Amino acid sequence: MNEPSLKEPDVSEKSVIQIDDLSLIFETNDGPVHALSDIDLSIAEGEFVSLIGPSGCGKTTLLRVIADLERATAGSITVNGVSPEQARLNRAYGYVFQAAALYPWRTIDRNIALPLEIMGLSKEEQNSRIAKNLDLVNLTGFEKKFPWQLSGGMQQRASIARALAVEPDLLLMDEPFGALDEIVRDHLNEQLLKLWEKTNKTVVFVTHSIPEAVFLSTKIVVMSPRPGRVHDVIDCNLPRERTLDVRETPQFLEIAHRVREGLRAGHSYDD
Amino acid sequence: MTTDAMASPVSKSRKGLMSRALSGTVLPVIVVVLGIIAIWYVAAISMNSTFQRSLDARAEATPSTVEFVVSTLNQERPVLPSPHQVAENLWDTVFNKKITSKRSLVYHAGVTLAPTLLGFLMGTGLGILLATIIVHVLSMEKSLMPWIITSQTIPILAIAPMVILVLDAVGIRGLLPKALISMYLSFFPVTVGMVKGLRSPDKMHLDLLRTYNSSTWQTFWKLRWPSSLPYLFTSMKVAIAISLIGAIVGELPTGAVAGLGARLLSGSYYGQTVLIWSALLMAAFCAAMLVALVGLAENWMRRRMGEKAEAGS
Amino acid sequence: MSETTVAPKTPTLPEEWREPLIWLAILCTLIALFVPLAFLAGDDGVAKPLRTPAGLCVILIAGAVASVRFKGWFGDILLFLSAHVTAGILLFMLPAYTGAAGWGFWLLLAGSWLLAWQVVTRLSDRRLNGYKQTLLDLAIPILFGLWLLLLWEMIVVGAGVPYVLLPPPSQIGARIAESLPLLWADFQQTFLLGVLPGYIIGCGAGFIVAVLVDKVPFLQRGLLPVGNMASALPIIGVAPIMVMWFGFGPSSKIAVVVIMIFFPMLVNTVAGFAAAGNMEKDLMRTYAASYGQTLSKLRLPNAMPFIFNALKINSTLALIGAIVAEFFGSPTVGMGFRISTEFGRLNTDLVWATIAVAALAGSTFYGLIALVERRITFWHPSARG
Repeated sequence: MNEPSLKEPDVSEKSVIQIDDLSLIFETNDGPVHALSDIDLSIAEGEFVSLIGPSGCGKTTLLRVIADLERATAGSITVNGVSPEQARLNRAYGYVFQAAALYPWRTIDRNIALPLEIMGLSKEEQNSRIAKNLDLVNLTGFEKKFPWQLSGGMQQRASIARALAVEPDLLLMDEPFGALDEIVRDHLNEQLLKLWEKTNKTVVFVTHSIPEAVFLSTKIVVMSPRPGRVHDVIDCNLPRERTLDVRETPQFLEIAHRVREGLRAGHSYDD
Repeated sequence: MTTDAMASPVSKSRKGLMSRALSGTVLPVIVVVLGIIAIWYVAAISMNSTFQRSLDARAEATPSTVEFVVSTLNQERPVLPSPHQVAENLWDTVFNKKITSKRSLVYHAGVTLAPTLLGFLMGTGLGILLATIIVHVLSMEKSLMPWIITSQTIPILAIAPMVILVLDAVGIRGLLPKALISMYLSFFPVTVGMVKGLRSPDKMHLDLLRTYNSSTWQTFWKLRWPSSLPYLFTSMKVAIAISLIGAIVGELPTGAVAGLGARLLSGSYYGQTVLIWSALLMAAFCAAMLVALVGLAENWMRRRMGEKAEAGS
Repeated sequence: MSETTVAPKTPTLPEEWREPLIWLAILCTLIALFVPLAFLAGDDGVAKPLRTPAGLCVILIAGAVASVRFKGWFGDILLFLSAHVTAGILLFMLPAYTGAAGWGFWLLLAGSWLLAWQVVTRLSDRRLNGYKQTLLDLAIPILFGLWLLLLWEMIVVGAGVPYVLLPPPSQIGARIAESLPLLWADFQQTFLLGVLPGYIIGCGAGFIVAVLVDKVPFLQRGLLPVGNMASALPIIGVAPIMVMWFGFGPSSKIAVVVIMIFFPMLVNTVAGFAAAGNMEKDLMRTYAASYGQTLSKLRLPNAMPFIFNALKINSTLALIGAIVAEFFGSPTVGMGFRISTEFGRLNTDLVWATIAVAALAGSTFYGLIALVERRITFWHPSARG
């Protein structure tokens, strides 16, 4: 794998993630695919940013570039002021996947302990973090259950607890509730919002649901496919303390409308 | 998800011939096979050296290192014959002898292959029949299936010679006893595989046919049988390999004069190591051919059923 | 099982009449009444036909009719009793009819077997809860196995098959009982000295090589097809060579076993290491986990079902390898030696006794590994049931 020549990052004090002119081209058997093209994005501390867009717009790829699971082919990106690789080695972020990806041979508490074991924390520290984060996601009492004994929603909550146990300032979530049904998803959205308020973390959240994006975010990044690029960045200044009822307000509907317009416009010259 | 497809590793990209050869399986396999041959040569030199030294001592010869190595690789009755000795013998007995001659390895392979194929066909038929019954008759499943699985754990091959001798005593000789052993060995994998295969259609497909009020028989031919075919071919590959082993082992006790097993036996009686190894390699070649044949049939079946044939991976 | 729900038939007969096994059993019994049970030699040496006792027929028919009448447990018990009382009486009378059984005997045997089969059919349809179902699922194959032994005994003795060809189970059992020390010595020689060390070395070597080549994908891609190929080869043919190299003792058996089981272990372990999901591997990457941590915490546990698969296949292969290797040369002890020499001496019952021991050893070995597997891969969907 050839290392992309990264430009000297321009470090701004408050931004957690700074992306400039970032491009990513996958070489496939059918020729190169422009997964990401000239992305500029800045995410400040404490923000809740949603990446939204149709399939193939590169939103997951962008998240994976931030997490150093994918390498950009051009442009610059910094996470916490350092390269994504360094950020990963520093364990600067927690990553939540589309599926819970809990190890079926470990009980819930051992699953949460997994990153802590890898970081080499002491047993006491591990136990206190497990207890704290299980409590945060309301799973206390399920420590000794195996993942396959829990419902899909509980599994995903456990995986969020696992990401939080690393105690990162940055939480990267890749359609974490995509596989869950609407009722569970609404419930988890509310819980996630409370969690975000309590912990004051920076969250980057990939979704393809407009209501979810508007409900959760402080900033919505609308992306469009072929090539994957940022179409619009919408500030979402709903009050920080919100319940599901906020979705009936005109303000909410207006933002949702703008997001929908953006998605439609991004699509128009494709199909 | 498209994003997943895009996340495919870079190794799939269009690259030069060299890197493609590196990422394929052909070159690595060649390297591994060459490695095995190299190890074989080294082993042959070291294992034959003791005897060679005593030979030299008796002849009061003081060979140079090169001469010594060459002579270890070309002994009359080596402990481990060198690959080229075995290859020579193979070439000689395969191509330079008439097929009907008892010195022809092709003749011996044929003698072993006939019961292998017959037994394999009988075993596959029996396996399919048993699996069909087991899938449709609950009491058969409950009483028979545990025994079929248990019997897999029993060293059946070890009693193969006995079966041959018993049948011989009753007056059944020739092709059939060996074929029976092969059948006995090969019906197990087919039965177990086919029970799995006939059960493989999911509930939704079964329910669909139920809404058509299709009979058990129709369900079998239109759904269960086609969905079991991949399982059938997988287990047939195991079955045909084990059939060959059965036929070879079946030749051991009767003092058979023809067949690959008989060659192994006579080679070990007379200390003809080269003979044993060439018979072994011939057996390996037969096994590879048989499995490849089933594989070809499998690819043909997959294409007919509209699936993408597995490209030689 | 879904089978019971598929394709409802249009009823043509009333429910309680549709039991072909029962009717067949009654038919057998009725015919048995009119044909001789056995031909016993009289004082003058001429074989005289013996009438089939009507009492036995009555027991069978009563059981059959009762089962049509009572569908519940009561009917099952009556059915079970009539089948097994008849079979028991036949077994009791068997020694007197050695080689002299007539059509009546065989028909009664068939009748009671059909009724027993009907019991099995009815028990299979039962749905119980919890451990009772487990017990039932255990009882059904045991009943089936016992009937196999019973039929074997009856047919071999009743038809007068020479014991040299096929001894009845009773004689094999007696032989096992009287030659326990001999069988134990054979078991020690073959299993404890040959199979076990070979199994441990072979599986260990396969596993270690799999770990070693794990970091070299190039070698892996080469070894996997070669290993798969090797699993299909008649590797057992190396037995004569190993006996030549390592002599008649256990070391040649160990060598054969190691060679036979090395590749299955290697191939399965490599496949198991490769089986970890992409998401799980990405997760370890986000933790900046080292190679060793990913191996021990993700890929090794994930490979366990594959490894145990190889361990199970190998348990059988190892026993086969050791026994067949003894055919090519062994000290005067060992299971393979016993089978080949005692057969030459026409001591067939001792041969069968040895085979029984080998079967028991094989299935116990396999069973133990399967038990450990259940403990370790409890989380795998196939074990969760």
